[in-house]
Amino acid sequence: MDLAELQALAEQERSKRKSIRVHCCTSTGCQAANSLGVKENLDKAVEETGMGDRVEVVGVGCMGFCGRGPLVQIDPMDTLYEEVTPETAGSIIHALNGGTAEPVQGDSQHPFFARQMRVVREHSGKVDPERIEDYIALGGYQALHKVLYEMTPETVVQEVSSSGLRGRGGGGYPTGLKWATVAKMPGDQKYVICNGDEGDPGAFMDRSILESDPHLVLEGMAIAGYAIGATHGYIYVRAEYPLAIKRLQKAIQQGKKYGILGSQVFNSPFDFKVDIRIGAGAFVCGEETALIQSIEGGRGNPIPRPPYPAEKGLWQCPTLINNVETFANIANIIKRGAEWYSSIGTEKSKGTKIFALTGKIRNNGLIEVPMGITLREIVEEMGGGVPDGEVKAVQTGGPSGGCIPASLLDTTVDYDSLIKIGSMMGSGGMVVMDKETSMVEVARFYMEFCRGETCGKCVPCRTGTVQLYSFLTKILKGQATAEDIEKMEALCYMVKDTSLCGLGMTAPNPVLSTLRYFKEEYLELLKQPQNGKVPV
Amino acid sequence: MSVKTLTINDQPIAIEEGKTILDAAKEAGIPIPTLCHLEGVSDVGACRLCLVEVKGINKLLPACVTQVAEGMEISTNTPKLQEYRRMAVELIFAEGNHVCSVCVANNNCELQDVAVEVGMDHSRFVYRFPDRGVDVSHSQFGIDHNRCILCTRCVRVCDEVEGAHVWDVAQRGAACYIVSGMNQPWGEVEACTSCGKCVDACPTGAIFRKGTTTAEKAGDREKLEFLVTAREQGQWTR
Ligand SMILES: Cc1cc2nc3c(=O)[nH]c(=O)nc-3n(C[C@H](O)[C@H](O)[C@H](O)COP(=O)(O)O)c2cc1C
Ligand code: SF4
Ligand code: FES
Repeated sequence: MDLAELQALAEQERSKRKSIRVHCCTSTGCQAANSLGVKENLDKAVEETGMGDRVEVVGVGCMGFCGRGPLVQIDPMDTLYEEVTPETAGSIIHALNGGTAEPVQGDSQHPFFARQMRVVREHSGKVDPERIEDYIALGGYQALHKVLYEMTPETVVQEVSSSGLRGRGGGGYPTGLKWATVAKMPGDQKYVICNGDEGDPGAFMDRSILESDPHLVLEGMAIAGYAIGATHGYIYVRAEYPLAIKRLQKAIQQGKKYGILGSQVFNSPFDFKVDIRIGAGAFVCGEETALIQSIEGGRGNPIPRPPYPAEKGLWQCPTLINNVETFANIANIIKRGAEWYSSIGTEKSKGTKIFALTGKIRNNGLIEVPMGITLREIVEEMGGGVPDGEVKAVQTGGPSGGCIPASLLDTTVDYDSLIKIGSMMGSGGMVVMDKETSMVEVARFYMEFCRGETCGKCVPCRTGTVQLYSFLTKILKGQATAEDIEKMEALCYMVKDTSLCGLGMTAPNPVLSTLRYFKEEYLELLKQPQNGKVPV
Repeated sequence: MSVKTLTINDQPIAIEEGKTILDAAKEAGIPIPTLCHLEGVSDVGACRLCLVEVKGINKLLPACVTQVAEGMEISTNTPKLQEYRRMAVELIFAEGNHVCSVCVANNNCELQDVAVEVGMDHSRFVYRFPDRGVDVSHSQFGIDHNRCILCTRCVRVCDEVEGAHVWDVAQRGAACYIVSGMNQPWGEVEACTSCGKCVDACPTGAIFRKGTTTAEKAGDREKLEFLVTAREQGQWTR
């Protein structure tokens, strides 16, 4: 396929589009609420009413407002229907002819939508994830064509560097720098790996991207392959994401069919094949060195760095490993330019970030916001605040992050500000807690998670998480003394400073941040003195 | 080959490029406690006892897997390191069932030695008293999982020196245990050549020769030397 053919295909697809597109979400969240039944009845109603010449029903990916699914959205009117059932679905189609639609109509101007800035999720909920043609119609794969025919690998790396993009997998490592490092490593064989392990409890940003717009990720990986000199990519997805895996498989096949993936991409000398590897759902397999071991067929244990994967990664070859959302930013950076991209966000954190907003909050779901927005804007305006209550804290960064008290809600969301207040961006979980929530319970919840997910290789993490969990349990049972809190805090620092990989290094964060901001809750739970003495 | 110069605890040292901080310390006679390190097999950096401070780096570095670099200023015994090491040893003691007085390796145990070295007299953490199994199905040897500290030295020596790969780690976190064959009793694992290298490699009394009783594991420890040169001399079994 060449550029003219690509553009012709896009044009042809666009002209085939009906004037009214009814988008029905078929992602995991809405499917669980029977959106496939909804879609079936929408199709039926179109047939019954004989509107097939101007109306088409399209199964699409996630629209973000998952708490209110199944969602149906209609273009070009931009009407949104929430909690649609198979029974009420038909009325939506009839309404196009002047009837009344039964399902609740959502407000697409609500701050939950209006305050978003959709770069990565631009086409999520609009594009049919199972048809490459639909992706191409929206300008897909033009960035890949552009790098192959108009740019050298060096200029691609340069473009990504100057966009200021930082890794979305949690650490925030500058993506351009990582690409430049792998590109400069000697060696004929290099690999690209896309990290779709997404093990944080409550996070589903990456799943949503893979389910809603898989070609966007594949395009980013192929561009990376060209930039660093790799001809083989792996995408590592956890087994708990069957729909994402199915859609990726389909997307890879379709890419090969059009000559966009595989040998001689767009008739150029560049080859790029992508294989899927399925993880068994261990959180630690999201850690890059463990993930590489897992792809190689070994036990998913982290290994000491250096050497970093950029130097010695998969099968000992230089390897670029980036997160799903990181790759999903690439095509846009190439298409619209680094300058455009770096105009979004703060000085040191560019672009947008997707969060999974959950917890005690009115509007749950996925949001994509520009870096630099405040937590208050997200929680109060977009999320609509706590139903009948007050925000007490916001947890970001999952088991590696921390709890931010309501008094710090004006903190801006960017890598460095969040670290400064003892939390972190993480992969994008954001849990809102109200006054009823016990912060010690929260700390114990995350510690229980880490205790169960530590690989067990290194002493501080394997044994430390067990001991920290038992300190927290003792406190919650009202059996602890002030000395226990001191011991626990000392152990937190030890585990943080001495663990082998990021899991152990960050596991104490939820405890340390709650100790920092909510110490009184710990103290209230201490064993009460009797006759002026603390019982032993 | 080039040579790097560096200091450990202010003592100047010159050592070949590619060597580790642990090699450098050994050469200079500076003690750094270790448990998962075993001369002759690959290093995994798991026990974290060998962590050292390097000036200008805000992370602690494991001496066993960190290569020397020109001008490094290394400290091996700062108060912080002493405290962390002691905690690590306490954590190991609290995790398993380490009762020296009735152990085959008493007086000949690297864990015991390290505990003495870091001055551990009790554990500030609760003893877990786990209920782990003992496997004595092998005709010559046994493994008492209660005394295992998961250093994986047996796993590596069996895989890298003997080439049999009888051992591996099963499960994760606190549930981890050293597994033989396809999770079979040791005696039923056909790959086992009964070479006894794992007995020598084990730093505690977890893997032992049958018939040894309290404090009798002594003799085996001397054969550790063998492991270092085994591969070079092609002595695959003995
Ligand atoms: C315990 C642990 C779990 C991780 N899980 C993930 C994950 O699920 N997805 C991910 O992209 N990165 C994860 N990471 C970070 C990766 O190690 C790696 O830094 C990241 O994939 C690099 O991509 P980026 O530069 O695009 O962020 C995890 C790290 C640790 C320590
Ligand atoms: S820090 Fe935890 S997860 Fe990482 S290697 Fe050590 S035990 Fe495994
Ligand atoms: S000897 Fe270095 S980590 Fe165990």
